[in-house]
Amino acid sequence: MTLTTEVGRSAVSASHRQPVLSIRNLSVDYGYDNNAVHALHDVSLTLHAGEVLGLAGESGCGKSTLAYAATRLLPPPGVVTGGEVLFTSSRDGHGGDLLTMTDAQLRAQRWKDTAIVFQGSMNSLNPVYTIGRQLMDGITAHSPRGFREQARVRALELLEMVGIPKDRLGSYPHQLSGGMRQRVMIAMALALEPEVVIMDEPTTALDVVMQRQIVEQIMSLKNELGFSVIFITHDVSLLLELADRIAIMYAGKIVEDASADEVYRMPRHPYTAGLLHSFPPLHGPRRELGGIPGFPPDLMKLPTGCNFHPRCAHAFEACSVIEPPLGPTSFESAEPFRSVACLLHDPTVNPGPVPVELSVRPLLVRPPSKETV
Amino acid sequence: MSLVRNPKALAGMIILAFFVLIAIIGPWIAPYNPSKVGPDSLQPPSPAHWLGTTNTGQDILSQLIVGTQGVMVVGLVAGILATIISVIVGVTSGFLGGLGDEVLSLISNVFLVIPALPLIIIIAGLLPSAGGLTIALVIALTGWAWGARVLRAQTLSLRNRDFVEAARANGEPMWRIIFFEIMPNLTAVIASGFIGTVIFAILSEVTLAFIGVTSISTWNWGTVLFWAQSSQALVQGAWWWFVPAGLCIAAVGTSLTLINFGIDEFVNPRLRNTAASAGILRRKKIRARIGFTPVYRGEASAKKGMS
Amino acid sequence: MRFLLRRMGFYLFTAWAAITLNFFIPRLLPGDPVQSLINKYHGRLSTDAIDSLRVLFGLNTHTTVWQDYLTYWGNLLHGDFGISFTYFPTPVAEVMVQSLPWTLMLVGISTILGFVLGTLAGVGLGWRRGTWLDSLLPVANFFSAIPYFWLGLIAIAIFGVALPIFPASGGYDGGLLPSFSLEFIGSAIYHAALPALTIVLSSVAGWILGMRNMMVTVSSEDYVTVAQAKGLPERRVMFGYAARNAVLPSISGFALSLGFIVGGTLVTEMVFSYPGIGYVLFQAIGSKDYPLMQGVFLIITLSVLVANMVADFAYAFLDPRTRQEA
Repeated sequence: MTLTTEVGRSAVSASHRQPVLSIRNLSVDYGYDNNAVHALHDVSLTLHAGEVLGLAGESGCGKSTLAYAATRLLPPPGVVTGGEVLFTSSRDGHGGDLLTMTDAQLRAQRWKDTAIVFQGSMNSLNPVYTIGRQLMDGITAHSPRGFREQARVRALELLEMVGIPKDRLGSYPHQLSGGMRQRVMIAMALALEPEVVIMDEPTTALDVVMQRQIVEQIMSLKNELGFSVIFITHDVSLLLELADRIAIMYAGKIVEDASADEVYRMPRHPYTAGLLHSFPPLHGPRRELGGIPGFPPDLMKLPTGCNFHPRCAHAFEACSVIEPPLGPTSFESAEPFRSVACLLHDPTVNPGPVPVELSVRPLLVRPPSKETV
Repeated sequence: MSLVRNPKALAGMIILAFFVLIAIIGPWIAPYNPSKVGPDSLQPPSPAHWLGTTNTGQDILSQLIVGTQGVMVVGLVAGILATIISVIVGVTSGFLGGLGDEVLSLISNVFLVIPALPLIIIIAGLLPSAGGLTIALVIALTGWAWGARVLRAQTLSLRNRDFVEAARANGEPMWRIIFFEIMPNLTAVIASGFIGTVIFAILSEVTLAFIGVTSISTWNWGTVLFWAQSSQALVQGAWWWFVPAGLCIAAVGTSLTLINFGIDEFVNPRLRNTAASAGILRRKKIRARIGFTPVYRGEASAKKGMS
Repeated sequence: MRFLLRRMGFYLFTAWAAITLNFFIPRLLPGDPVQSLINKYHGRLSTDAIDSLRVLFGLNTHTTVWQDYLTYWGNLLHGDFGISFTYFPTPVAEVMVQSLPWTLMLVGISTILGFVLGTLAGVGLGWRRGTWLDSLLPVANFFSAIPYFWLGLIAIAIFGVALPIFPASGGYDGGLLPSFSLEFIGSAIYHAALPALTIVLSSVAGWILGMRNMMVTVSSEDYVTVAQAKGLPERRVMFGYAARNAVLPSISGFALSLGFIVGGTLVTEMVFSYPGIGYVLFQAIGSKDYPLMQGVFLIITLSVLVANMVADFAYAFLDPRTRQEA
């Protein structure tokens, strides 16, 4: 159903293009009765080995819900109502469906295979334990008994890795600065060298300078250790810099899934185009800023058809009736690994041409199995 | 108001309404004069005396019915007085900040830590006649500190919110900010503090009556227990003498706690959402917990049609 | 350290406030009953005792309040609380020295037991909310609304009268003399069983409800989810992360409600005629023995302050944030 592309900026070779985490038809509700909010509806997304996948959208669009539901960390009243989340190790091929695992299997899988860097580092650390203790308990929980000393050595190693002085091992969270706490969270997530690291707005609470430092650190650690990242943020310009691929979410659905480069230079979904215009790029030429009119929809009262049509400048009659599936763009032959959920790209429905700003032609027509930078 | 739709609060309000009604019409519906000595001494419940009689043949049901008024009035008066003090001290303290706050918090904390009941006993014991309203006053003077503490914390957090800052920047006078910007947001906390104080007042009053500090000539549930205890009701196995009064106290206390739970769930959404859906969870066998999101492929996914 | 010093300062201030309150209360209230009592006991009280009573109740017309206040403090610092009418001519201080250990043992142990049991049960109930365990809440709610003394009456009626398993009154077997013999201690424990049960049962429900709500609130903190994300064993998350943080407000709540709990436990002593300070207070009320009432009030307040200090130390030990130098 979902097409995922391996086209991207990073030098991912063909042998590494195997999926490590594939989310299929994931549906999530908030609430347990008939009034439940359908927060996610049939969402599919694949993370490949070594890839940085960005997940973007306005707040409330379901990007964090997607990440937490996939790892089954979504708090009540969240409930997964369908789909599967397959983890497959790129190292030895072990894995399984996270949604059917027992508690014990899930516990064993957590932190070893998939780890998370939480949003808001102040609340993510237990205020009454030293950071050393919190780094170590994750390690010892997955190690044989009597591993305490090794865990301590590893904890020191991790602190050094993220650039925190070793003598901070005995510090309590409130004794560290916001940036340091976020580094501790990153160090903690990498403790067992997981293959997938989910980062939920890891830099939102920090100032711009600190933000850059943390992002650069994440990227260099990623290159060094070779884990895959799902990076959640509302800041598309940040993703354009660090992500290989970007999935844009709107109202609990993925509306566009393409390489970062393509998203930036030739957005195909009107919402993506709108998002790009609401953030100034960190680098590169200045652009005129323009927001998206209107507000994100209430998940309890979603518009019919395409959920975005009331805010969309290009909407036509069919948009309020037909729900667009995530499918190929109007340049399918030129960009076979992108997908978009927009009726403008469906010639059977769209009576006119695709608007100019959503139909910037690919610069190079690339053969499907090879990629260019 | 959504409090009525909360099953806990509703149950509490119904029980409370029953006792309030008894308190009002009690003197008219009591079958006997509660103090009237009769020939049937220490009789177990019978059609003539539904809850039996005391050792002097007084009707216990009548004592309970007539005594309800004393309990309720003292609870209400003490609750109102203590709430007024706690609102004045708590809101002023939280709003002022600085030295004024320090002094007022110090006073509330002192009153909080000093054991209230012995203090009430001393004051009541020194007074020449400790009637209902005097007791209510004494209880209010010793029982306001908890509410003041909670209100101070709440005001403190409100003070720095945008809308209060905005009102201050607009140059609105302090009393206007307190009454129109801050107080409406404290309603739930004040209500909860009031109910807590009423519980405290009722328990204190009944206890004082039971140990014989207050006047034993006016009836309340504590007086009934005082006579039961001093007339050896326990040794004689006269359960009808001391069991119903205690159940009445517990019922009123429970009803007030239930209302407070309703308010808590109203104020703190974290307590609310699972409380409301506990029944559905049990029926669907979903275990909602932190860190292990349940997977439920029942009705919901069948309805949507698995794609 | 700063935190503890600040708290110590607060307790010193509170102690001063309580002692001063104790001094002024009789002065603010009508003095006739005291004068009449002094008259009544006139032939039996020494002039010294009458003088200290006059100081205590402000009946001296030839001295200023300030002078009385200083004399009052002087008396207190010498351990002179006056002479008890009830236990005439035993000094108040002596009466209290005899009864205080009983109260400390009974009330101290059963209150702490109630707190520990209630907190543990609250941890379980809070962690497993939404399960059948929630149906225990109304029961706990009902128990928390019952006055201590009534539960005491019921306990006596059931276990003292109907099924006479436990003694219904007293602190030890009447045939024994207080000593540290095994027999005496055994008898004391046997007699303490019912009052202790009463105190534990009445107080436990409140702790259960409070701790449960704290667990529910703390469980939705991010660090609990992080602990689950790390794949820590359930027990470690429940106790090390959720309960470990939820217990902090519970301890400060414990400290603050001690004043209230102590009131209830004193009345429990009265019901069981237990030879503690509560029973002494009961006797004092019966005979309008003001010096004894005031002495009891002071000693209870000071004990509560000490207990509060202990709770503060526990809090400081458990919460690293309070240990931080500002």
